[in-house]
Amino acid sequence: MSYRLLYFASLADRAGCSGETRDSAAANPRELYAEVAAAHGFGFEPARLRVAVNGAFVGWEHVLAGGDEIVFIPPVSGG
Amino acid sequence: MKRFMLDEEPIDVARARCALDHAAAGAYASFEGWVRNHNEGRIVRGLDYQAYAALARDEGEAILAEAIQRFPVREARCIHRVGRLMVGDLAVWVGVSADHRGAAFDACRWIVDEVKSRVPIWKNEHYADGESGWLHPDGVSTPPPG
Repeated sequence: MSYRLLYFASLADRAGCSGETRDSAAANPRELYAEVAAAHGFGFEPARLRVAVNGAFVGWEHVLAGGDEIVFIPPVSGG
Repeated sequence: MKRFMLDEEPIDVARARCALDHAAAGAYASFEGWVRNHNEGRIVRGLDYQAYAALARDEGEAILAEAIQRFPVREARCIHRVGRLMVGDLAVWVGVSADHRGAAFDACRWIVDEVKSRVPIWKNEHYADGESGWLHPDGVSTPPPG
């Protein structure tokens, strides 16, 4: 399936882009993160990240659908 | 009605606090977060805030709605800057009106803490030595880029 990924902060720096469209067999965010972490060399363990799909927080086992927008959210530092 | 806003321009506090006016309110508490010139021993010249805007707005709204449920307050607002800021700039403003000061202080503190821990906004600090770095403060060191 084709997914749209957005990257922020140090993940964007590491990926060298703010987002990508990716064809993947990953069925959930856990599988997709393992794939993109390997592709881009992301150093975050999943336990340090949150996941959003289509603009809402979801769990790591959330079932993905083609065309979903997925964001892996590293620890935040606003304020 | 939007209680939480991201702002690419300097925050106009005098204008923002008008939204807190309420005839029953006897107290107004506010918090201003400023860009300081140092962090963890390094000299900071300025910083960039980046937000995942759609989710940041929703999460910010959820925090302010929760605050109004949890504390006996009349109104609560928060504005967070995005983009490039320099030392001394106002980065985040929280304002709360309430009948009495205790709830206003308590809710204001709670809102700032929740915004800092939950809203998807990131800070990239620019240091005097020319380096810069995204802050991911969860007690685990971030691997260096590259």
